[in-house]
Amino acid sequence: MEPFISLGKISKTFYGVKALDNINLTLLPGEVHCLAGQNGCGKSTLIKIISGVYKPDPGFEIAIEGKPYAHLSPIDSVKAGIQVIYQDLSLFPNLTVAENIGIHQHHHNLLVNKREIRRIAGLTMKSIDARLDLDANVDSLPIAQRQIVAICRALAQEARLIIMDEPTASLTMQEVKGLLRVIGDLKKRNICVVFVSHRLDEVLEISDRISVLKNGSLIGTYPASDINNKKLAFLMTGKEFSYAVLPPIEKIGEVALKVSSLTKHQQYKDISFQLHQGEILAITGLLGAGRTELCLSLFGLTKPDSGEILLEGKAVHFASNRDAVKAGIGYVSEDRMSTGLVMDQSINDNIISTVLSRLKTPFRLLDRAKSDRIVSDLIEQLSIKIGSVDLPVNTLSGGNAQRVAIAKWLAINPKVLILDSPTVGVDIANKAGIYQIISALSRKGIAVLMITDEIDEAFFNSHRILVMRKGEIVAELLPEKTSEAALAEVVNG
Amino acid sequence: MSARKTQDRVEIYLSLLIAVVVIAFSFLIPSVFWSSANFQSIASQMPILGVLALAMAVTILTGGINLSIIATMNACGLVMAWVATHYPPTLSSMLLVLAAGLAMAIVIGSVIGFLIAVVRVSPILATLGIMTLLKGINILISKGSSIANFPDYILVINSTNLLGIPLPLLVFLAVVIILWVILEKSAFGRTIYLIGSNEQATHYAGINTRKTLIWVYILSSVLCVIAALLMMSKLNSAKASYGESYLLVSILAAVLGGVNPDGGFGKVFGMVMALILLQMLESGLNILGVSSYITMALWGGLLLAFIFLKGAQLSRLFRRS
Amino acid sequence: MVKKIGVKTHELFLGLTIILIGGYLSYASADFLTLGNLYDLINNYAMLTILACGLFIVLISGGIDISFPAMTIISQYVMVTLIQGTSGNFALAFALSGGLGLLLGLVNATLVNRLKVPSIIITISTLNIFYGLLLYLTKGVWLYSYPAWFEEGVMLFKFTAADGYDYGLSLPIITLLVVVSLTGFIMNKTSIGRMIYAMGGNREAASRMGFGIFKMQLFVYGYMGLMSGVAGVVQSATVLTVAPDSLLGYELTVLAAVVLGGTSIVGGRGTLLGTLLGVVLLAVIQNGLNLTGVSSYWHTVVTGVVIVTSISMTAWSQRKGEGAVA
Repeated sequence: MEPFISLGKISKTFYGVKALDNINLTLLPGEVHCLAGQNGCGKSTLIKIISGVYKPDPGFEIAIEGKPYAHLSPIDSVKAGIQVIYQDLSLFPNLTVAENIGIHQHHHNLLVNKREIRRIAGLTMKSIDARLDLDANVDSLPIAQRQIVAICRALAQEARLIIMDEPTASLTMQEVKGLLRVIGDLKKRNICVVFVSHRLDEVLEISDRISVLKNGSLIGTYPASDINNKKLAFLMTGKEFSYAVLPPIEKIGEVALKVSSLTKHQQYKDISFQLHQGEILAITGLLGAGRTELCLSLFGLTKPDSGEILLEGKAVHFASNRDAVKAGIGYVSEDRMSTGLVMDQSINDNIISTVLSRLKTPFRLLDRAKSDRIVSDLIEQLSIKIGSVDLPVNTLSGGNAQRVAIAKWLAINPKVLILDSPTVGVDIANKAGIYQIISALSRKGIAVLMITDEIDEAFFNSHRILVMRKGEIVAELLPEKTSEAALAEVVNG
Repeated sequence: MSARKTQDRVEIYLSLLIAVVVIAFSFLIPSVFWSSANFQSIASQMPILGVLALAMAVTILTGGINLSIIATMNACGLVMAWVATHYPPTLSSMLLVLAAGLAMAIVIGSVIGFLIAVVRVSPILATLGIMTLLKGINILISKGSSIANFPDYILVINSTNLLGIPLPLLVFLAVVIILWVILEKSAFGRTIYLIGSNEQATHYAGINTRKTLIWVYILSSVLCVIAALLMMSKLNSAKASYGESYLLVSILAAVLGGVNPDGGFGKVFGMVMALILLQMLESGLNILGVSSYITMALWGGLLLAFIFLKGAQLSRLFRRS
Repeated sequence: MVKKIGVKTHELFLGLTIILIGGYLSYASADFLTLGNLYDLINNYAMLTILACGLFIVLISGGIDISFPAMTIISQYVMVTLIQGTSGNFALAFALSGGLGLLLGLVNATLVNRLKVPSIIITISTLNIFYGLLLYLTKGVWLYSYPAWFEEGVMLFKFTAADGYDYGLSLPIITLLVVVSLTGFIMNKTSIGRMIYAMGGNREAASRMGFGIFKMQLFVYGYMGLMSGVAGVVQSATVLTVAPDSLLGYELTVLAAVVLGGTSIVGGRGTLLGTLLGVVLLAVIQNGLNLTGVSSYWHTVVTGVVIVTSISMTAWSQRKGEGAVA
């Protein structure tokens, strides 16, 4: 088959550092092609070259539908039918669905033609069998629907190649199925879909071919049928990862957290469970199951409508999360960049941010000696690789930043630590490190509650698993007594 | 590129600029520039502007802004002036004056803080609204005229010299030091910077962001009271319309001094340097006979030039990211 | 859907408030609902409205401009100086004043684009620069003399009403109508208007979509400058003097009106109708205070209360919508 785009000898150097080194890649019309690789492997650089944002080093060869390009500008790229859907979707929240989809009409005309915009929007939605309210403001839509809008916008531009960056990161299983159907439609229309994803299972399920990048080089392009999870991980990192179920806890500790019939209207219902010291309890389920909502209530950010929370046997009523922190509950939130860490501030300040009130000398000044000690102890304990504690957190890699996010909660000597999606945006090699940290914490006697979307993450890293669906707990499983497949079945219903 | 490193660069740039200005004036007008009269002139202007600029800066650090500092200063000034002129000059009336001014500041700061932290009004709008309201109240109280002729205990502030240094300047230095301690060495200070960079994440970490924000605006207003006292002492009167031009200059001084307009970064030391630079420029240009209007234009141009230089340096270093 | 209703609700609320206050005033003061009063009101607030239209677009684009009072005076001053002793017409006056305002606006646009700092800082600087240069070059001198044709003004559809005064479409009113129609047309019917809304809603996305950000900024700040020049002509025609320090602090008045009208200070949200209602509300309140004999010392207080109440209510209702955590 004639490739849609063929890239040859693509390299990109930034100030002497090679971000990409001699990439040779072809993308075929109507295929779903995945770009897999760890953070920093060059995926986004490659995407920016394909979309014309970056110019590759001299000596490159780019041909689109047979036509060679000596220069590929963003406009050339769009004209050739290349569309990128970024992870943040780049939509305009204050405009309607129709206006977003038809946004490029504005480039062509001086006057707004509302009818034409609606027509185009309606057409593109129909072509992928989507049904959205054309007049709804985009900021009122849930993420899955916004994604549809982004795809429609790409189609309205007569896209031949659509690049999607982490499209399934925020979707429920149902919604992922919907997206896959759409991608299937695109395939039928001979549109090539390039997919960047961290989620190995999906990568394998969805793609026709997978190209693996490592440290700027192309390791290879493989048909999806030839690869499995383990091999893919190995190709991406060069390391073997073997997973084993956690050994059962030697001695079950006291009940640290007991939740009885906790209910909050439209968020979760009748939740009851117990969490022991030293135990890792995973809660998994599809997105929308109510897990994060439950966490927010356990952490005092929201108030349940009814039910009881007992911390170490005593009933607690948190007026705010400050009370929860004082009581010894820590919450490593799922979005470290916006709520988990203050990215622009220093590592040091982030770590002590949870315990500032405990670091005061008589004059209400900061006890620098004490705070330094706490920080250096935690950095050592969690093996965080840093240059200096005064550097901002945004200089760290995802894995290290997540360790800082965990460190800051360890500073309070928590009785219960809630981890919400602890390895999101962390690549494979670092994931293992974080799992080790979590199990070390449990061995120290901390009660760990881990929310996760990834079935294998729950299966291999917890002592017990609760499955939630639509706000209720529907199952409880012990990893040592069941299988990954069985768990997957319960989760997906 | 660490934001801390950017801060250090700001101080280097400012030092260079100050050096340039000093050299230029030493060359052009050596005898007058280096005279004690000149230093006294600088020393008399700087404290009021300096305290106001710091009042502005603490709010910018949290990612907000305080457009009402002048109106606050005048409101507190008028209240204090009223008390001072209506009671015989005894120790208790002195204390009453201070108490009145402080009470006014605390009320104003709390209201602003409440609007911003609890009602979630944007700081520009909240302080704009309060500024308008205060302006109105000021005019109402004073009927547009000034309250003047204060007892000696107020005037003495401006005319006293301790060890040859004017008292207002010492007050300013004291404020600077206290603020430095607060921002650099206290938990409250850390919280300010954290909130400035990301209020929500700071809240998640268990910090009472509402309380902190309200205290910041109270602090800002209290600084305005100090400025009011210095102003009253210098001019021997209080009026609703004083100091209008200081508002923009205080923002200029803050940003010139390295305060990041988006919040989260800025040091007191940088601001003091910026203030020194601005005062030296103004005073030197004044001596040279340059109209104060040109100085006004110059300050605007200086800020833009400074931003340009900072941007040019940083963008080269930012290219990789 | 909710947000859409939210915006409409704001205009509805403003409209109701205006009607309520207007109703009260027509009862409390015999002079309120008279042709003479309303005519004067429209004429006096024409300048504010014109500037509000310009500022409205800047705010929608996600920026802000507080240098426009200086731009207004400068364009006016130069224009008046140039038309001395000429026999021109208002088209010339508008061209000169508007043209200079436009140029100054383009300067703002360039600075905002090149120096990556918030536009409030940039325009504070240019305000200082413009004002400083203006006051220096003019030495604070007021201008009083205008050519005869200017002083005569323009009056279309003149008629004499029962009260013996002449009414008609005066220059301020004509200009006002043209500006409002133009602004409405741009923001609702043209592509660039919708792109300005888009840019205000998500700047990053706009640049990724290939919008010419710089071009749009030139348009937005240039338009503000143009409006400043136009407003300058109207001001001159009304008071027949140019006083260099007459608009000190005016930027915050105009900002208050636009914000009262529901335009968001972060960009992307707001309607021209809301802005106009904001101006009307301010005008009606001020007028009411005057007519009911309230001491002028209270005027600013009342305005302040209105602003604080309005922004609090807007913020509070948005807060409930988001279910804010903090």
